[in-house]
Amino acid sequence: MTEAVALLTARLGDDALVLGQRLCQWITRAPTIEEDLALSNIALDLIGHARTLFTLAGELDGTGRSEDDFAYTRSDREFGNTLLCELPNGDFAVTIARQLAYSHYAVLYYEACADTAHPELAAVAARAATEVDYHRRHADGWTVRLGLGTAQSARRMQAGLDHVWPYIAELFDEDEVVRRMEAAGAAPSPAPLRARWEERVGEVVERAGLAVPAPRWRARGGRQGLHSEAFGPLVAELQSVYRQFPGGIW
Amino acid sequence: MTGALSAEEVAARVRDLPDPELPFVTLGELGVIHRVSTAEDGRLEVGFTPTFLGCPALPAITSAIADVLAQCGHPDGRVRRLAAPAWSTDRITASGRRRLAEHGIAPPRPAGAPTPVRLGVGAPCPHCGSGATRPHSPFGPTRCQSILRCTACGEAFPYLATV
Repeated sequence: MTEAVALLTARLGDDALVLGQRLCQWITRAPTIEEDLALSNIALDLIGHARTLFTLAGELDGTGRSEDDFAYTRSDREFGNTLLCELPNGDFAVTIARQLAYSHYAVLYYEACADTAHPELAAVAARAATEVDYHRRHADGWTVRLGLGTAQSARRMQAGLDHVWPYIAELFDEDEVVRRMEAAGAAPSPAPLRARWEERVGEVVERAGLAVPAPRWRARGGRQGLHSEAFGPLVAELQSVYRQFPGGIW
Repeated sequence: MTGALSAEEVAARVRDLPDPELPFVTLGELGVIHRVSTAEDGRLEVGFTPTFLGCPALPAITSAIADVLAQCGHPDGRVRRLAAPAWSTDRITASGRRRLAEHGIAPPRPAGAPTPVRLGVGAPCPHCGSGATRPHSPFGPTRCQSILRCTACGEAFPYLATV
């Protein structure tokens, strides 16, 4: 059971690290200084979640691997993040659509883990849930502002939602790891949270005067280490300093 | 271990350490020091709760506490980051709140308050005291601060957001 919890914990860390790294690419490029601060603060939180979750995963799986071992020494095939989290930033609306999808999911899943998971994971999840809820508020606000803004902002926000939606199903997938964990009572499955997610996100999209997309295809593979073309360069950049100076710290 | 200070004496010194990001308040005033006690293996252990999981000040806090342990005759003392119980702004002491306000940072409202109040709506301006303030940016210079603007004196000021 502990092994399955460790795998799940590392996956949650992978989602947080990869999305945090993506958001870092907005720094000095955001539309306003306030937005630069917002996206970089959200990235900081996510990387903080990843560090805590990786440290915990290394304790749980008995390897004693450190947060740096998880982030810097694994190849791209060993990352179990969802494809949603590695999606390139696109324009600001694509980034907001991705934030909307992830933060609503993360609030629901961390809250579920806080109630039922392995005690150490539960403690981290409880704290992370309150932090991603702040990010959720940011994404909700921008979705509505762009949706109700100008004709162009509404068109681009809708295009952002359309672009991101095929990647949502993977967040709620139930695979072997999830089933083992759930059977052992170690952590909940995300699958039953989908309906609540649809309800909450649907309410925001409706308030923004936009349409909830109904994609006819879905992406899958990130959880199994099968990533998109854009993922390799992201990991290469993330690990570049550590690869040049292995074991370097400051 | 002759000459080593007691857990209570170490606790007092650890609580007196300045916060790395807000050096005019102490770790004790921020309420992040959870316990100072002797662990099962006989080593003195300081447990603290981070304000945010990704707070960049955590390594500085950890090493400052380790230095205090060494100076107090506990070179093998341990510093532990605790995930539970989660830190809340309600743990900031009265003197901590006063010092934040003196340094231009509006102290947090109570965690049980309705959402707009927790987000800083109506938080008194630390410059002119007016309650006519409104949110300007939910994210500020550090992760724990957002930016409000006072409609009376026009100043923007940081607000330590309630968690």
